[in-house]
Amino acid sequence: MLIDGTLGLVEVEKGIQVIPGANTIITSLDKVINWGRKSSLWPVTFGLACCAIEMMAAGSSHYDLDRLGIIFRGSPRQADCMIVAGTVTKKMAPIVRKVYDQMPEPKYVIAMGSCACTGNVYRTYSVVQGCDLFLPVDVYVPGCPPRPEALFDGIIKLQEIMMKERMRWSPLK
Amino acid sequence: MDETKEIKTKEMVLNMGPQHPSTHGVLRLRLEISGETIVKCTPFVGYLHRGTEKLAESMTYLQSIPLMDRLDYISSMTNDVGYCIAVERLFGIEPPLRAKYIRTMVSEMSRISSHLLWLATHALDIGAMTVFLYAFRERERILELFEMLCGARLTVTYPRIGGVRNDVSQEFIDTLYKFTEDFPNKIKEYETLINVNRIWLKRTVGVGIISAEEAINYGLTGAALRGSGVDYDVRKHFPYDAYDLVQFDVPIGKNGDVYDRYLCRVEELRQSNAIVRQCIEALPAGPIMTSDSPKYTLPPKDKVLNNMESLIHHFTLITKGPMTAPNGEVYVATEVPKGELGFYIISDGTGKPYRMRIRSPSFIHVSALPRLCEGGLIADVVANIGSIDVVLGECDR
Amino acid sequence: MEPSKIADMLSSEFAGEVIAINEFRGQTGVTLKKEKILPIARWLHDTPALCFDYLRDLCGVDYKKMKDPRFEVVYNLYSMTHRHTIRLNVQVADKQPIESVVSVWKTADWHERECFDMYGIVFEGHPDLRRVLMPEDWDGHPLRKDYPTAGPEGEEWSGFKEVLKKSEDFKKFGWYR
Repeated sequence: MLIDGTLGLVEVEKGIQVIPGANTIITSLDKVINWGRKSSLWPVTFGLACCAIEMMAAGSSHYDLDRLGIIFRGSPRQADCMIVAGTVTKKMAPIVRKVYDQMPEPKYVIAMGSCACTGNVYRTYSVVQGCDLFLPVDVYVPGCPPRPEALFDGIIKLQEIMMKERMRWSPLK
Repeated sequence: MDETKEIKTKEMVLNMGPQHPSTHGVLRLRLEISGETIVKCTPFVGYLHRGTEKLAESMTYLQSIPLMDRLDYISSMTNDVGYCIAVERLFGIEPPLRAKYIRTMVSEMSRISSHLLWLATHALDIGAMTVFLYAFRERERILELFEMLCGARLTVTYPRIGGVRNDVSQEFIDTLYKFTEDFPNKIKEYETLINVNRIWLKRTVGVGIISAEEAINYGLTGAALRGSGVDYDVRKHFPYDAYDLVQFDVPIGKNGDVYDRYLCRVEELRQSNAIVRQCIEALPAGPIMTSDSPKYTLPPKDKVLNNMESLIHHFTLITKGPMTAPNGEVYVATEVPKGELGFYIISDGTGKPYRMRIRSPSFIHVSALPRLCEGGLIADVVANIGSIDVVLGECDR
Repeated sequence: MEPSKIADMLSSEFAGEVIAINEFRGQTGVTLKKEKILPIARWLHDTPALCFDYLRDLCGVDYKKMKDPRFEVVYNLYSMTHRHTIRLNVQVADKQPIESVVSVWKTADWHERECFDMYGIVFEGHPDLRRVLMPEDWDGHPLRKDYPTAGPEGEEWSGFKEVLKKSEDFKKFGWYR
C-alpha cells in the first residue's frame, strides 16, 4: 500500500486510488467498465454437439458457472458472449453467424472444442474447418470435448482479455 | 354476431430452432399454428451432419471407433460397443467372457448417464428445475467412473474389436458398487419430485399419444416404442454380450403418452442399475481381449514392445487395417438408450469398410415428431421432443 | 421362421424377380430386381405367416465399377410377432427411379429422403422427396464413391460463401476489430 503524501491518496491496486475517509475511488473509466463487464458475462445458450453437454455440466450443480457471474441466456439480444460448443457444419454456419450478428456490442466468442477450433477429425464435405473462418474468436479451448475445468480456464482467460481493453465502450475510435 | 362469422383467421408459421434451448441441439421445427393448436409440424435436420458414414469408409475398422463416440455423445459407450459387436460379427470373432461382462456393465452405466441427462433436460423443458440439478449430481459420479476407467468423461473409446482396451481396476469396481447401492434411493428422490406432481401430470398425461401399431409402423424403438406397449428390446430379441446371462425386466407402458415413456425410462434406470450389480457380482476372471484371432485384434502391448512379429502385425493393423477381412455384409443392432442402433457394414475384403451405414434411432424418432405434435398445443411440442429423447449428433451423423 | 425359408417363399411367389440369395454370418439377403419392389413389400408386410411389420433400416449402396446396376437399395426387415429377419438388396441402375415403400412402412419416409440426398436415387410415389441432411441447394450427392470426402476441390456451397462474405463485410462495423 502506497500513501501519497501530498493528496492523502491510497493506492489499493495499480491504477486504483482511494481517498481515505472520503468514500471516493479514483480510477479510469476503462477499469470500472471492464470490471463490471467481466463480472457479469452472459453467454447465449448455444449448444451444437458434444461440447454442449460439457458446457451444461459446467453450468450445473457440480461445477457451477454461476459463481463467475455467468448466466446462460436464451436470447442473443441479452447476451454478450457466445460459446461455440461443437462442430459447426456448413448448413449451420449461416445460423451461427446470424446469432452472432444479433448480439449487441461489445461481444466475445469462445471456440470450445477441437471441432469449433479447427474442425477436428471431420475433414469432410460438410464441416467448417474452424469457426474462426467466419467469426472473430477471442479464446480457443482445445479438447474433444474439453473438461468443464478447461472451459472455466477459457472463460477466465477471456476475463483477462476483457480487463486489458481500453475505450471499448464507444464505437468511436 | 353475424359479423364475427365472417372473420377469417390465418394460420401462423412459427419457426422453432435451430438455436432454441428446448430442441436438444440443433433441431429446427416449422410449426403452422392456428391459435394454440398445431396444424402442421415439419422438422428440419442436418444441421449437425458431419459425414461420419463417408469418413468411416476412408478409415480402418479400428480408427472408426472414435467417430462412433461422437454420434450419440451422451452415451458414447453403447455406440462403441454396438460398433465393435457389428465388426466382430463381420469378422466372425467372439470376445472373451470377461470382456463381455465388462462391456455389458459399462453399457448399462452409459444408459444410466444418458437417461439421467434425458430426465434432467426433459424436466427442465417442462419446468422442473430441481430435477436437473439432482440428476446432474449423479451423472457426474458416472462420468468420474468413466474417467477412472479410461481417462475420458464423454468420448470414451473404451471397447475394442475383440474385447476392451484395459482391464477394470479394483478401485473402479468398489466405487461402482458403492454407486449401485446409493442409486435406487436417488431414483426415489427424482420420483418424489415429479411422479405425482400435479403440474407434471397435467403436462405429460395424455400428451403425444401414439398407438402400438403406429409406433411400429413409424419405426420407433427404445422407450418410445415400449411406452406404447410393444415388447421390443434388442437386448432380449437379439441378445449380445452378456445380456442373456443377466436377469432384467423390460418395462412396458400402456397408453403410449409422454408420461408412460417417462415411466418406462425411469424403470429402465432401476433395471440398468440391477444389471450393473449383477455384472460386478458375476465378473469372471480371464483375458479381456480375444487371443484366438490375431488377424483382427491388436496384440498385447508388452508383446508389441518385445516381439518383432507382433510389432509388424500391430503396425499393419493400425495403418492398413485387417487385410484379410471377409467379403460380406452384416446388419447388427444393439439397444442404445435412445432405441435400436444398427450398423450395416459391407466389406469388400480390404482393411476398410466398403460401406458403413448407421441406423440411428434419433433420426427415425424425429421423423415421427409431426405425428406426435400435430393436433396438440404449442407447449406440448417441447414435452414431445423430450419424450422421444433425440440426440442430433446421432440423428444427423 | 428360418430366413432361408422366407427367401425360398419369396422366390416361389415372385419367380422372375429374385436374382440371388446369399447367406453370410447367419443373415440372409435376397437380391431383387427393382420392378416389383412395392408388391413384394406389401406381400411381406401383409402375409400373416411373415408379417414383416417393422422396417429396421433402409439405405443405399454405391457399387461404382464393382457391379453393373450401380446402386443397391437395402431393406432390413423384422417381424415383431414372429421374430424373424430378412434383408432385401434391390438393384437400381444410375438415373433410374425405384418405387417408394412409404405406403407400407412410414419409417421409409425419411430413409428414402436420405437415400435420395446421399445417392441421388429417386423414389417414385414418395410424398415429399426433398434433401434431408444437406441444404436444399447443395450440389452433388456426398456418399457416392466419386464424391471426394473433403468435398469437391475449389467448389463451395453458395450459402457458406455468403457467410464468408458477410463476415468480411461486417468487420468494419465491429468495435476494435
